[in-house]
Amino acid sequence: MDNQSSPILEVKDLKTYFMMDEGVVKAVDGVSFDVYPGQAVGIVGESGCGKSVTMRSVLRIVDRPGRIVGGELLFHPKSGGSDSDKQEVIDLVTLDPKGSQMRAIRGAEIALIPQEPMTAFSPVHTIGNQIMEAILLHQEVSEAEARQQAIKVLHEVGVSMPEKRLDAYSWQLSGGLRQRAIIAMALSCHPSILIADEPTTAIDVTTQAQILDLLRSLQQQSNTAIIFITHDLGVVAQMTNYVVVMYLGRVMEAGSVDEIFHAPKHPYTQALLRSIPSVQSTPRVPLPTITGSIPHPFNRPPGCPFHPRCTAFMKGICDCNVPELKTVDGQRVSCFLYQDVEGEDRGRA
Amino acid sequence: MDVPEQNHKVLLEVKELKKYFPITQGFFRKTTGYVRAVDDVSFSINEGETLGLVGESGCGKTTTSRCILRAQLPSSGQILFRTKEDAVVDLATLPERPLRALRPEMQMIFQDPFNSLDARMTLMDIVGEPLLVNGLKDREERTERVADLLRLVGLRPEYMRRFPHAFSGGERQRIGIARALALHPRLVVADEPVSALDVSVQAQVLNLLLELQEKFHLTYLFVAHNLSVVKHITDRVAVMYVGKIVELAKTAEIFSAPRHPYTAALMSSVPVPDPRLRMQNVILKGEVASPANPPSGCYFHPRCDYATDICRAEMPELTEISSGHFVRCHRAEELTLAGIG
Amino acid sequence: MTVMPVEVSEAEERVSVAPNWQLVWWRFRKNKLALFSGVVLILIFIVALFPGFFGTQDPQETSSRLAFIPMQTLHFFDEGKFQPFVYGVVGNRDPKTLQMKWEIDTTKKIPVNFLVKGYTYEVLGLFSTDWHILGVAGAEEGTRPEIYLLGTDRLGRDQWSRLTYGIQTSISIGVIGVILSVILGVLLGGISGYVGGLPDMIIQRIIELLQSLPTIPIWMAMTAALPRDWPPSKVYFAITVILSLIGWTTLGREVRGRFLSLREEDFVVAAQLSGCSQLRIITHHMVPAFASHIIATSTLAIPSMIISETALSFLGLGLRAPAISLGVLLQEAQTLQAVALAPWLLYPGIAVILIVLVLNLIGDGLRDAADPYSN
Repeated sequence: MDNQSSPILEVKDLKTYFMMDEGVVKAVDGVSFDVYPGQAVGIVGESGCGKSVTMRSVLRIVDRPGRIVGGELLFHPKSGGSDSDKQEVIDLVTLDPKGSQMRAIRGAEIALIPQEPMTAFSPVHTIGNQIMEAILLHQEVSEAEARQQAIKVLHEVGVSMPEKRLDAYSWQLSGGLRQRAIIAMALSCHPSILIADEPTTAIDVTTQAQILDLLRSLQQQSNTAIIFITHDLGVVAQMTNYVVVMYLGRVMEAGSVDEIFHAPKHPYTQALLRSIPSVQSTPRVPLPTITGSIPHPFNRPPGCPFHPRCTAFMKGICDCNVPELKTVDGQRVSCFLYQDVEGEDRGRA
Repeated sequence: MDVPEQNHKVLLEVKELKKYFPITQGFFRKTTGYVRAVDDVSFSINEGETLGLVGESGCGKTTTSRCILRAQLPSSGQILFRTKEDAVVDLATLPERPLRALRPEMQMIFQDPFNSLDARMTLMDIVGEPLLVNGLKDREERTERVADLLRLVGLRPEYMRRFPHAFSGGERQRIGIARALALHPRLVVADEPVSALDVSVQAQVLNLLLELQEKFHLTYLFVAHNLSVVKHITDRVAVMYVGKIVELAKTAEIFSAPRHPYTAALMSSVPVPDPRLRMQNVILKGEVASPANPPSGCYFHPRCDYATDICRAEMPELTEISSGHFVRCHRAEELTLAGIG
Repeated sequence: MTVMPVEVSEAEERVSVAPNWQLVWWRFRKNKLALFSGVVLILIFIVALFPGFFGTQDPQETSSRLAFIPMQTLHFFDEGKFQPFVYGVVGNRDPKTLQMKWEIDTTKKIPVNFLVKGYTYEVLGLFSTDWHILGVAGAEEGTRPEIYLLGTDRLGRDQWSRLTYGIQTSISIGVIGVILSVILGVLLGGISGYVGGLPDMIIQRIIELLQSLPTIPIWMAMTAALPRDWPPSKVYFAITVILSLIGWTTLGREVRGRFLSLREEDFVVAAQLSGCSQLRIITHHMVPAFASHIIATSTLAIPSMIISETALSFLGLGLRAPAISLGVLLQEAQTLQAVALAPWLLYPGIAVILIVLVLNLIGDGLRDAADPYSN
């Protein structure tokens, strides 16, 4: 990990639980990672792993009956200036989700690119109106200036004829343009962190390539940190520097993208990577699979949540104790292959 | 292709298939134009083979597959199907009654594992329904067959009394496969069978499909947009763009040496799950043309880096440039394009 | 192939084999307000089924001497002992206005007993009995028991007993009217959605026409067309038909929409590809898929039927005496004078509110429970 700069966001032992009638769903159960400026973090996992809830927790938009029950979300605003010693730190967990401080951060400092481009814009207001609204909300500028800024940001994301598109409604735009307009809206206040929630699942591959290319160049230009929430391992491999692999609310493994893809330590990561058919793999040969299916969040297995499907399952250890996320060779992994039950390092097995 | 071509018998031949949806306007629903969802599609599938049908949303791949099974009525064209009795019938114009008699021979696996199973029926009724309506009235015998089918797809027969809501996406997809196989079909149309599943479950279903093909000598028409999956499972691939096939060739060939610029762009757009192979991709400009209002000439020309005047003026024909390799491009002979295989 | 290793708990197995209606019921059960409304509704339905049993007096018996008696409160304990009783009422005529003035006579306690014999009534037209849940024990044959729980009206008829019959009439009009609308709506909406084309066009235009007409003039016109000399039972039936003829349109639209969307659903296509006949697809796949919705919608439609009947009868266009319905009862409270003099005549209005409220709460609960995509 790049340690020259200080992190802009530290997620520490985040726990977000849903109090349902049927019981407590630990959607996010002790997730930690850091986000650095100009870096892209990928949070990967399958359905029910808690990646979306993590993202919603960071933005403090978790719906009831969900609640952040523990952990810290330490945000270091960039506005502190060059004097890094005096930078203030805000723990987002302590803020009122509806309060003015959180509202000032949401959208302006931490912006979201939502998954569904169709519903992200209101159909009764023009694109320009909605982008300008975001600008006017967070910056003290006149309406004319906001309009100029909106045109500029639309131009930046590669929308041709932005002056004209500004007055279009979202349903008048094609899928790719709409996706660009959404990115423009997210970028309109120059956020320091951009959260992309499955940014390309709703669009086609050729458009997806365009959007990924756009995000990559934007990141290089503006030094924005991006958090990718996705289940597409291809997108993660291509776009991120650091990867957090989640399963049923817990971090299984976290490390640099190269380590995760080329030297995965956790049996889940290893099995997941083996099971995806790749354009390089031999056709028509049975793929190695992970047996079983993801349990329903209500019936999360005790101990390591992955143990019923794990090939390295150790009876009496994995099903009785919850492994901690420990650093092993620069990578963080939560598996008893690399630690004792007490949490002591065991070295590599 | 390393699978020996043991059988060259054509099972299905699609000829000039068209499906137009009228665009109506006004109070009297006057037809003002057509969406050419499927526009002159021709291909054939040999027995025991897997043909992949690939393309982006709106390219007509799903409509094509539904027309073949007559879930939709084609506007024109022929769908020639070789029946068990070795007779060739045209499904496109077959009346309802003989069509129903042929239904057991061709089945479908759906994309959405949640919507494709009737939530109000138990597994017994879902998997047993094709058997029941095709004459297996005896309940005991049917129960036995359903148990066999469930075992075949890796589910416990004891689950028979359960309802679909008790199962995960992958398990539901297995149930759908069991239903499709209940009548011993010869042609199975799989419409994006794994795209709605979690990554760790996709491989299970793909393996199952391959295993069943081997066991029952099934013929698959595999509709998908995920190229890695298509490369893994198919023998030949047809690439569609705005209702037309732009390239059709053996899988290994099309992946290693695509001849149509669209195929090449499509392949390079797929994010490779390996950070050491960062994309050098061809990024297409613009977006997929609308089948209601396609551009002149070659439908792909506004996005094509190689377009010339003839591309803007004239729609190229699907021509065979080498044995079994069909391309719809004016410049197919001269271009050298990079593949990913 | 791998067979999933499973250890299924009993509770999980119970959920796994639960059919859809059971899941709906489990979800509905969580909505306490709807559940409570359900209990109230069942009680109201029991009253509606056996109004004679719950009434204390013959609802049609008039007596000019006993007009406008105020409500008597039912006391349950007499000097610490459980013995329900009501105080007697004494009437004195005002010598100037010649009006009766009724006063509670606390010296006279009339004991009230459970399950006593009273006047004879018919149960659902099947047999006659004279058992009542409440009554004055040992009342002499041929005299009216001195119990007026909701007072009397201007003709001296017992309001409580009339209310029980009114509930019967109004609820049965609501339920039968909705059943007729459901039949019409499912049939016409089904044809419209499934067949499409010209029939669809015609049915849709009829629905639009019916919905664009102002309801009250239509009712007026239609009820005016009913012959004046029809017996109450015939009028009652005619009113029900009229209400459902107008009421089916919303449901018809909904059924059509459901058919249109269901036709595209994968499981319906799957059934078609399995070789199911059209009839089987409709009866085994499509109708069950929206049955729960229809039930929820019809539950929500009953209150509007009841309100319509009440409004019609209140205006004098619907049922007329000697028929008893909630609207007919409220007709008694039409004048300001009546309301000022005998406010208890408004109590049938509370019954209307209660019935409409519980039906709406249940309907909402059912709709939420039947729709798995609501949350």
